[in-house]
Amino acid sequence: MTKAPDFAALKKDFPILHTERNGRPLVFLDSAASSQRPTQVLDAMDWMYNHAYANVHRGVYGLAEAATNAYESARLKVARFIGSPDSSEVIFTKNATEALNLVARSWGGANLGDGDAIVLTTMEHHANIVPWQMMAAERGFEIRWIPLGENGQLDLTDLDVLLDGAKMLSVTSMSNVLGTITPLDRLISAAHAAGAKVCIDACQSVPHMRTRVDEMGADFVAFSGHKMLGPTGIGVLWGRHELLEEMPPFLGGGGMISNVTTEGFMPDAVPSKFEAGTPPIVEAVGLGAAIDYLEAIGMDHIRQHEIELTSYALRTLSERLGQAITIHGLSEPAQRGGVMSITLDGVHAHDVSQVLDGYAVAVRPGHHCAKPLMRELGVNATARASFYLYNDTSDVDVLADALIEAHRFFAT
Amino acid sequence: MTDLEDLYREIILDHYRSPRNSGELETPPAHRAEGFNPLCGDEIVVYLLVADDGTIADIKIGGQGCSISQSSASMMSAAVKGKTVAQVRDLMKSFKGLMSIAADGAELAEPSPSEIRELGDLAALRGVVKFPTRIKCATLSWNTLDQALAELDA
Repeated sequence: MTKAPDFAALKKDFPILHTERNGRPLVFLDSAASSQRPTQVLDAMDWMYNHAYANVHRGVYGLAEAATNAYESARLKVARFIGSPDSSEVIFTKNATEALNLVARSWGGANLGDGDAIVLTTMEHHANIVPWQMMAAERGFEIRWIPLGENGQLDLTDLDVLLDGAKMLSVTSMSNVLGTITPLDRLISAAHAAGAKVCIDACQSVPHMRTRVDEMGADFVAFSGHKMLGPTGIGVLWGRHELLEEMPPFLGGGGMISNVTTEGFMPDAVPSKFEAGTPPIVEAVGLGAAIDYLEAIGMDHIRQHEIELTSYALRTLSERLGQAITIHGLSEPAQRGGVMSITLDGVHAHDVSQVLDGYAVAVRPGHHCAKPLMRELGVNATARASFYLYNDTSDVDVLADALIEAHRFFAT
Repeated sequence: MTDLEDLYREIILDHYRSPRNSGELETPPAHRAEGFNPLCGDEIVVYLLVADDGTIADIKIGGQGCSISQSSASMMSAAVKGKTVAQVRDLMKSFKGLMSIAADGAELAEPSPSEIRELGDLAALRGVVKFPTRIKCATLSWNTLDQALAELDA
C-alpha cells in the first residue's frame, strides 16, 4: 500500500464543504444518498464543454473524434478501476437504478417466465426490488427472500433451499441503511452452484472500497457515479460479455443499431447495444476524473479512513448519548461501511433531522428506499449519517452535540 | 422566537406527547382510510364514524410518524369531532390554506382571521410553512381524512 494521504487536506478540494448553512459550517453526512464532488471533477467537465465537446460515435470531424475518445477513455478508466479485462463489458447508464432495470428487463425478459424463481434479500434498496417485481407481475415468476438475521447481517440458514431451482440472485454488496457488508463470496458460490446468475447492487461499496469484478465472480454489477465523487446522470452496469451478447437490447433508438429497415432492426454489438440515444458524454468524463481522484488517494486508504471514522463514531455516539441512542447494525467497524442508521429514544427521525439541520448537520431521515428492511428492523424511520473521505472526527463531534440537543429538546 | 421554536410550539409537542383520539373503531360501521408519506415512511390510519344526521360521531387515529404528522392528526381529530361533513370540508380548506396549498384550480388565499379562529389549536402549525419538506407531514392526516370522506360518498 502506498503512503496514506493527508485526509484533512483533501477537504480543500470540495468548495461546498466550506459553505455555511444557518450561519454554521456545513457538516455533510449524507454521502450514501449522494456524495459531493471535488473541483478536479467539475474542471474536467467544464474543460470538455469548453474545448472538446461534440456528440460521440457520429461525426468524422476532429472535434467529434476528440469527444468520442474522451468518452471511450472514461469507459477504459471504469473498466480498469473495477478490474474488468474487457472495457466493452462496461455499459454507461443514467444511474444504478437504470442499470438494475436493464438487467431485470433485458436479461429477465429473455430468461424468466411462469414457474421460474429469483432470490432477493430483504436488505435491498427499492432499486433492486421494484424492477424485479415489475417483471414478476408481467411474467409470473416467483420472488424468494433471504431474511435479515441477527445484528444486521443476512440470515443464510436456508440459503441453499431458497436458491434451489432459482435462476437469479440479485443482492446488495453493502446495505444503504445499516452499512452491512454482505458475504458475497459465499452468496455467489452458492448461487452458481445452484445454477443461478448473480447481480450485485454495488452502489454503496464501489465508492468506498476496492472492487475487482474479475475476482468477485458475479455476472452483473451495478453502481452510480454520483455516489463516488462523479456527477449525477451517469451510472454503470458491468456484465459478463457472453451474457450481454445474448441479451436483447434495453432501450431502442439511435446509437444501438447496426442496421434499420422498414422491416426491422439489427442491434449493434455490446456495449453500444445498450446505449440508445446520446449518452451522458460529459458525465462519463466527469466520472473518469472522479476515478482519477479516488485512485490517486488509493481505495484501500479510503476504506481504512472510513473504518477509523466509523469506529470513532460508534464509540463517541454510544459514550455521549448512552441509552438514548440505538445504532442499528453490526458493531464491528471492519464488517460495515461508513453508513449508520440511528434512532433516538422518543424522537422521530424526521424531528432529529430537523434539529440537526439547525446545526448545519446534513443527515437523511426516513426509510432510505428500503421499506422491507425497515419493517424487519421494526422501525418506520431512522436518521442516517454516512461518511466519505472528506469527513473527519470533528464532523462526528458536531453530530453528537446536535443529537444531544435534539434529545434534550424533545425528551424533556 | 427561533424558526425551530416556531415549528415546535408547545401545543404541538403537547399533542405529540399526549395524542387525542388515538385508537381504532370497528369497521363497519366506521370507515377506515390509510395514508402514507412515501418520502419518510410515516403512516396514518383514520377511522371515521358518521352519524345519521351527517355529523362526525367519532374519529380515531392510528399509525406512526414524526411530531408534526402525529400532532396534526391529533389536533385534526379534536377539531372535526361533532362537526358536520360540510363543516369538516370547510375546515380542511382553511387548513390547507394555512399550509399554502390551494384546491385544484383555485387561487391561493391566506385564511381570514375568522378562519384562523375556527382552526383553533391547528393554527399553531402555521410555523410549518417555513419548512416546505414538513408541509406533507402536517397535511398527511387531512389527506387521509379526505380519503375516508370520499369513501362515504362512494
